[in-house]
Amino acid sequence: MSIRIDKGKCVRCGQCALVCPGGLIVQDEEKKAYIKYPKDCWGCAACLKECKVGAIKYFLGADIGGKGVYLYTLDEQDFLHWFIVNNDIQHRMTSNKRESNKY
Amino acid sequence: MVLKPCKMALKPEILKTDILIVGGGTAGCFSAITIAENSKAKVLIAEKAHIKRSGCLAAGVNALNAYINPGESPESYVEYVKKDAEGIIREDLVYSLAKKLNQVTQKLEEMGLPILKDAKGDYVSRGKRNIKINGENIKPLLAQAVQAKKNVQILNGVNIIDYIVQGQRVSGAYGFSLKKNLFYVIYAKAVICTTGGAAGLYKPNNPGFSRHKMWYSPFNTGAGYAMGIRAGAEMTSLEMRFIALRCKDTIAPTGTIAQGVRARQINSLGQEYVKQYGVKAGAEASTPQRLYATVLENREGRGPCYLQTRGITEEQEQGLYKAYLNMAPAQTLKWVEQSRGPGSDNVEIEGTEPYVVGGHAASGYWLNGQCMTTLQGLFAAGDVAGGSPKKYVTGCLAEGEIAALAALQYIGIDDGVVMLEQSLIQAKVDAVNLYFRNEPGLYGLEEVEEAMQKVMDEYAGGISVGYTVSRAKLQIAAQRIEELLEISKTLRAADLHDLLTIHEIIDRLYVCKVLIAHLEARKETRWLCYQQNADFPNKDNVHWRKYVNSRYENGEVKILLREIVKRDEVYEHSY
Repeated sequence: MSIRIDKGKCVRCGQCALVCPGGLIVQDEEKKAYIKYPKDCWGCAACLKECKVGAIKYFLGADIGGKGVYLYTLDEQDFLHWFIVNNDIQHRMTSNKRESNKY
Repeated sequence: MVLKPCKMALKPEILKTDILIVGGGTAGCFSAITIAENSKAKVLIAEKAHIKRSGCLAAGVNALNAYINPGESPESYVEYVKKDAEGIIREDLVYSLAKKLNQVTQKLEEMGLPILKDAKGDYVSRGKRNIKINGENIKPLLAQAVQAKKNVQILNGVNIIDYIVQGQRVSGAYGFSLKKNLFYVIYAKAVICTTGGAAGLYKPNNPGFSRHKMWYSPFNTGAGYAMGIRAGAEMTSLEMRFIALRCKDTIAPTGTIAQGVRARQINSLGQEYVKQYGVKAGAEASTPQRLYATVLENREGRGPCYLQTRGITEEQEQGLYKAYLNMAPAQTLKWVEQSRGPGSDNVEIEGTEPYVVGGHAASGYWLNGQCMTTLQGLFAAGDVAGGSPKKYVTGCLAEGEIAALAALQYIGIDDGVVMLEQSLIQAKVDAVNLYFRNEPGLYGLEEVEEAMQKVMDEYAGGISVGYTVSRAKLQIAAQRIEELLEISKTLRAADLHDLLTIHEIIDRLYVCKVLIAHLEARKETRWLCYQQNADFPNKDNVHWRKYVNSRYENGEVKILLREIVKRDEVYEHSY
């Protein structure tokens, strides 16, 4: 379980590094964020939700069944869009932040 | 001794406040809000990460599981917790927080938490004590409420390492910054410890790359327990560990599936198996019973075990996808990645490694009726506070409120904090700076952590031994943990993150040491899996319907047995 940050997409805002509950994300000399301690990620997805440009890929480690598929999010006011990318296929799920879980 | 010059060294910085809150998670944030709403006292929250997403609620939470639904009462809540915890609870503490559960829930709703309601505007229940929410954003909402309070100062990126103890009272804490080379000495008239419990004591389910894909926050490393232990505070019930029953690999919650779509636990032969393991007819199986049954089914060769979800409707499957995104997105990712959702495949389940966590089990500080520890001026709330299991999120909020009000009352009668001698402060800074001076030794941080987790797994009742302990094995564990405590003094920090890791390892070693003593002390089996003693496999109500408490004195763990505190008792410490 971990994340990887797309350096090309990162806009140097530093928000992911700020919220990571483990302090695992740091910014390099160009202020681009990267995960310095990938094995220490809890998988909480706090960083994803901060990223306005969808630069953070959240994936399952191969040791827990990961096969290369990843997830990222985009925030749109009351909605949070979750994108799961499997090769060229992209699944989108949207949760309404104001709506409660049914289960 | 001549100290070698070194690049890194911390410099002391002195701060003063009225009430110091150690840890800005669920309980800590609510304590701060309570103080701000009831007084003009200055509050300082020291948080090692950032309060927006720190603590157990980082990813969100699936439901509120401690709420008094219509037909239930605070009294029935106490009875339920008492039964589930086999009688070893502080009935007084559970009762006082139970009376506040609904009121703190309403406050969460006012902060903006979505709670599912029916047409009449009443909360929809998910069982006797549960209500349905969208808990994805719960921590940012709490953090926002704290940030709006003017007299609350938040120090993000500060790790507290020990209390300032003067005689029998706590008057602040020491810590260091994770951003600048600063060593903090924070004086306070009262301290509220809300650091959370301890994960990472035992070898985890996924010991490799995904080692932190665990149930409890891997960043909760028992700092609050360890600081209390080192300061000589009395601790209770550490032997009542908590082990969760979770979805395999992702270690995501099972309750959402079990309660949400009424899925049953089945073995690989398709048989329902839980009832065969001592569940009384008509009764609901307790968490340890469901876990124990799963461990035994696997041992008998009838594993893997599953939650039977095959055949749920498309709508239910979509509902589960969304529910998991809001609290454990790895599970939804797994379903989509495998192209097999819960409607097509049953969900495999497994028990986690044991944790020490007072929000689910009863382990933590021994408190008076107002959440004050045996050290004057030190209060505790949330997962670090003992005696009140199954308090979950809302119980932590309620306890945070109780501790805050008690701390306020305490500082009202306080006659001031005495400043420390400069030499004392310097000695404490030097001790921490030593880790920057240590030469690289044979063992690095990861090796010591792995060694601790392996010892605890094999000799103190981890996953590999089916959670069972015995005196002979515990004694080996005690010896090894002692050796690792020695080794930990030689660890070298190259930067502030390393310094944090070293403290997290040392704190966990202290918790292990006391946990082992507690496990050895309880000469019966009170709880399946949580505390299962091979030497004494039965429950013994005649001798052991008692709390196992401890105090750390001169390097030794002293065990004390105490009688059960009843619901309407007013419990005070005797000094």
